[in-house]
Amino acid sequence: MKFPIYLDYNATTPVDPRVLEKMLPWFTEKFGNAASNTHPFGWAAEEAVKMARESLAQNIGADSPDEIVFTSGATEAINLALKGVAELYARKGNHLITVATEHKAVLDTCKYLEKTGHSVTYLPVDKRGLIDLEALRAAITDQTLLVAVMYANNETGVIHPLREIAEIVHEKGALFMSDATQAVGKLPVDVNADGIDLMTFSGHKMYGPKGVGGLYLRKRRPRAVVAPQIHGGGHEHGFRSGTLNVPGIVGMSEALQLCQDGMAVESQRLEGLRDQLQAGILEIPGTRVNGLGANRLPNTLNVSFEQVEGEALIMALKQLAVSTGSACTSAIMEPSHVLSAMGVADDEAIASVRFSLGRFNTGAEIEHAIDHVKAAVKRLRGN
Amino acid sequence: MRIYLDNAASTPLDPEVLERMIPYFTEFSGNPSSVHHHGRQLRSAIEKARKTIATLVGAAPGEIFFTSGGTEADNMAIRCTVEGLGIRHIITTAIEHHAVLHSVEQMEKTGAKVTWLPVDAKGNPDQEALREALASDTRQALVCLMHANNEIGTLIDLHKYGRICEEFGAIFMSDTVQSMGNVQYNLAETPVHFVTASAHKFYGPKGIGFLYIRSGVKVPPLLQGGGQERNMRAGTENVPAIVGMAFALEKCINNLEAKRTHLLGLKKQMAEGLKASFPEIVFHGETGEDNSIPTVLNAGFPGAGTESMLLFNLDINGISASGGSACTSGSVKGSHVLEGLGVAPGLAANSIRFSFGMQNTPEEIEYALERLREMFRVKV
Repeated sequence: MKFPIYLDYNATTPVDPRVLEKMLPWFTEKFGNAASNTHPFGWAAEEAVKMARESLAQNIGADSPDEIVFTSGATEAINLALKGVAELYARKGNHLITVATEHKAVLDTCKYLEKTGHSVTYLPVDKRGLIDLEALRAAITDQTLLVAVMYANNETGVIHPLREIAEIVHEKGALFMSDATQAVGKLPVDVNADGIDLMTFSGHKMYGPKGVGGLYLRKRRPRAVVAPQIHGGGHEHGFRSGTLNVPGIVGMSEALQLCQDGMAVESQRLEGLRDQLQAGILEIPGTRVNGLGANRLPNTLNVSFEQVEGEALIMALKQLAVSTGSACTSAIMEPSHVLSAMGVADDEAIASVRFSLGRFNTGAEIEHAIDHVKAAVKRLRGN
Repeated sequence: MRIYLDNAASTPLDPEVLERMIPYFTEFSGNPSSVHHHGRQLRSAIEKARKTIATLVGAAPGEIFFTSGGTEADNMAIRCTVEGLGIRHIITTAIEHHAVLHSVEQMEKTGAKVTWLPVDAKGNPDQEALREALASDTRQALVCLMHANNEIGTLIDLHKYGRICEEFGAIFMSDTVQSMGNVQYNLAETPVHFVTASAHKFYGPKGIGFLYIRSGVKVPPLLQGGGQERNMRAGTENVPAIVGMAFALEKCINNLEAKRTHLLGLKKQMAEGLKASFPEIVFHGETGEDNSIPTVLNAGFPGAGTESMLLFNLDINGISASGGSACTSGSVKGSHVLEGLGVAPGLAANSIRFSFGMQNTPEEIEYALERLREMFRVKV
């Protein structure tokens, strides 16, 4: 067994060797600029991007490959979606709605938009991490351009009832955006069935490379358009300029294909391991699972430990690579905004651990993790 | 035989660079923001790369910010300066890269005034006009002048223009995407506030670049959503690409003399060969060793007729070059750079940008020259 045991797949996943294999030729041999339209080096790159776009579009249930805009990752895609809609539809209104438990990329972008004259409603969640659908309905006004609700929460794995949410949003004539960074590759995401108009995703959360992601933009009923945020050569139909990251795009597409191919079996396996981990940890007195009672991602477990100090707990779990909150905020020891929004007290939120499982975890690793957590908590509580 | 002479569009990734990147895809594959072992390992790889790059360009590590490429870096420099410093006057030229041009135009739409500096026939911005533009408007200005032009290769003297900006207290931004890796920078000693770079132009990977921000210049970020890059660029860091970019630049700069000698040799061979076979040929932009980059030679073939389909024929003959910057739509719109130099549309349409790389050989240049002579039925 290799230590520390990696149980932080929601922060990032390693690139699957099969994905890397597909990427390799596009670095050194077929290195053309996909926008070079006067020679085969460019054409080959363009063709590879086209194939990747088609495959990705199909795997998220999009009607057309033209609905995919490649970006440098989910953060950029989220910035493009939110700022792009706010800017493009400025004449229609200036109000956006999101949820208190969204990823920082959504929340920080919304805060930026508030500074530039937009108004944003942050919907609260209950202790399971779910929003009140009636509160959502009531919050939508004729000024509301867009409602952003993440597909699945990165810290707790809580899955929002997207279809019901989409129905309410569309009834009221707003656009529905979903940050699906944690869902694409883990769940059978289908933009049509789920009613999503704008959706963001990231390569490195699905065993693809870092530095690549995308934005799905619905073309019809309703049509979602964004004002570009990065200007230049007019790539990606003008939505996002910059030389395309061909190996990254090829890799992300292959990564999603592999996830889709094995999804039914892998979800079941991960859910089994997660439930084993959950049952094992719940044997420790004074532990509570966050997000219980809601649908959750099959790989995610978020546990609060009573009567232990947060920082000491992470230090004590040194055989495990786990995280306390989302990786982007975990450099500072402050209570997770997600857990706080779910009503978890500050000290308990700090003493919470996210275990996120993935493709390369084994049953033996999970057994070891349970023993390790049990021993660590016991030691910290001094009994 | 197929010869790639479009290295200004993109360069092949150096296999040694790829080798350095590979472990970061599979083995060391954490999130650098995570506090555990996997994350910390990556954090240190990123900071090492930052230091390497900073040292190579004569900057402090704190002045280097990683971006997804040159376009994002250009956008960030322009938009964030305008928004953060309240700049209402931008001075630039019509022959900048589209990433700069369209960013500036975007700022114009939000109310900024733009002064378009004239350039001479070789692509050098008019210094007197710059002085006048700065003198005529006392508000702090942002001046954007690319160091080396991607289509014609003209390399300007950053010190000369930078000193004028300094005199008037203007912010000076230079797109150095084409020159990075081809010239030695000492940014601490250069009067410039922002420079931008893209790794795939110097044998590094696509999807990564950097922005140099002179210390003391405070601007807001372009992307929100996480504290990465000291709150200046949100998003999980692209670790393999960052590691690759640093090593690629290191290889270029540490072998700069040999690299320049090789590239200058190819460029000279091409220029002389073309001149010998096509006495009418016109080279656009500067072509000297000190006032152009060794990678780019832009040649106009006056005799070719307007419908010559020059590039198409070149491709059939196994030579990959371009008419200008890699354009996205396959449109037949002419080069904005040649137009900016005042090149007649007929000649502009019959102009080819040859851009050379480390992997090109004198034999390849000779082969390309032969094919060109055949195409035009020139007897030697």
